Amino acid sequence: MTTMETNPATANSTEARRARLSRRRRAAMIGRLRDFGIWLASAVVLLIVWQYLVVTLEISPAVFPTPVAVWDSLYVNMMDGTFVRDLWFTMKEVMIGFFGGATLGFLLALLISEFRPVRVLLYPYVIAFQSVPKTALAPMFLIWFGFGIESKVALVVSTVFFPVLVNTLAGIERTDPDQLDLLRAYCGKRARVFMRVKLPSALPSVFAGLELGVVLALIMAVVSEFLGAVGGLGYRIMIFNTNLDMAGQFAAIIVLSIVGYILHFIVRQIGERVVFWGRAKQGATKV
Amino acid sequence: MTQAEAIRFDNVGRNFETRDGATLMALQSVKLDIEAGEFVSILGPSGCGKTTLLRMAAGLLSPSWGSVRLAEEDILKPRPDFGIVFQQALLLPWLTVLANVLLPVDVQGRDTAPFRERALDLIEMVGLKGFEDRYPTELSGGMQQRVALARSLVHDPKILLMDEPFAALDAMTRENMAAELLRIWDANRKTVLFVTHGIAEAVFLSDRVVVMSARPGRISRIVEIPFGRPRSLELMASGDLRETFEELH
Ligand SMILES: Nc1ncnc2c1ncn2[C@@H]1O[C@H](COP(=O)(O)OP(=O)(O)O)[C@@H](O)[C@H]1O
Ligand SMILES: [Mg+2]
Repeated sequence: MTTMETNPATANSTEARRARLSRRRRAAMIGRLRDFGIWLASAVVLLIVWQYLVVTLEISPAVFPTPVAVWDSLYVNMMDGTFVRDLWFTMKEVMIGFFGGATLGFLLALLISEFRPVRVLLYPYVIAFQSVPKTALAPMFLIWFGFGIESKVALVVSTVFFPVLVNTLAGIERTDPDQLDLLRAYCGKRARVFMRVKLPSALPSVFAGLELGVVLALIMAVVSEFLGAVGGLGYRIMIFNTNLDMAGQFAAIIVLSIVGYILHFIVRQIGERVVFWGRAKQGATKV
Repeated sequence: MTQAEAIRFDNVGRNFETRDGATLMALQSVKLDIEAGEFVSILGPSGCGKTTLLRMAAGLLSPSWGSVRLAEEDILKPRPDFGIVFQQALLLPWLTVLANVLLPVDVQGRDTAPFRERALDLIEMVGLKGFEDRYPTELSGGMQQRVALARSLVHDPKILLMDEPFAALDAMTRENMAAELLRIWDANRKTVLFVTHGIAEAVFLSDRVVVMSARPGRISRIVEIPFGRPRSLELMASGDLRETFEELH
């Protein structure tokens, strides 16, 4: 009696469906390529207009650079290794700070959610510190940890910490209560239930926190470098700024944007792999 | 295989605090003996305390008065030798069908390896052979509930508690699932407490149907179902069943 439901489908209709699907996919692909082409053409026009305006209006390069000057600066600073060294510097701060802050936030969230005394004692501080604008801490960290990488890492850690902690907590609390009830009825051991149910339930939310955290990490590393550093892209922007090198600042900002995009993309991709079951609400899969 | 056991409700009742501080008597005084290996359905309109009764049997809820006993032992907390199915399948989307079926054993902190064979047999028994390594999101609602049924049996429980397990399914799937459940039950007669508000389902499955009424929740009647076993789906459509039906209304 179960054959009708359990046999996926006959071979014939499977093939037909696959063909239909690939045709639809190809059509979508062509559509996307066309959209990209249209955008690219408009971007080229925009750059030409920009170049033309700056040149004809005789705007000083110390106020607004031409796209050609920005490109030159980008090329030169890449080739002579300036941006590479700066990038390495900033990425070290971002990476150490991000992993440190995320790990701390994640672990504290687990402790707060699972152990009541920890919650009672520590959660009020979490709430209180959460509303502190972390940039305000930067000058202090400079005094405590010096002009090197340490003060930047400290600021990044304290910034990444909160979104990861708060989102992990929210995720754990979002575990389907009926699911927990069922496992309680099956005499589930607390640690096992936590590992099998609560933790995976929290993962989509954890990754939302990590996505937010990685973007904030880059921002805070740069801000921290503004205040005083010995290297890094934020530090480079300040140097260019003092020298009225606008093209250099534009070039550094472009590098930062690309790095920010890539970092966010990586975290997102990892999130999608790890949370392979999707963001659909678990347990609500009715007929 | 584990022996089935008897379960006894001894003048069990339960009050709830409502939001405005009043006391709501969800269940007045239920006296019911379910014999070892018996299939008993609880039938009644929604809000008459069926779930409350089942949750007390499961040890998830303590009675306000009276007691629920397994053999001669009071049920005070959940027991590892019970099998439970709720209205929702409640499968974990990050675990395969096989891992979901093994979940009760796993969360009890036991090694799942010795239960693998049994889990695979159960998956075959509920008609899902070949789906062991699939994920729940790839399954229909009926298939998910079959997995939940296999899961409830994996640790060879003494008692099976089911709270409207087919209520979320469409009528066709529902009938098929009832037949399936009966076939599995025929193969290893557990004591079953089956909550439903489907009369046909209750009559078709049970040895006895306990009819409840609401406000306060109580047993209004207990009806013996006369049909022999094994029963087949034809019975569902037959006049005999309709007669029993009428008696229940
Ligand atoms: N946890 C609870 N708190 C307050 N009232 C409850 C609770 N659980 C059930 N009730 C009430 O008890 C009554 C019986 O509920 P329930 O056992 O779920 O009925 P059924 O399963 O037959 O639909 C209902 O009026 C319901 O609102
Ligand atoms: Mg109910």
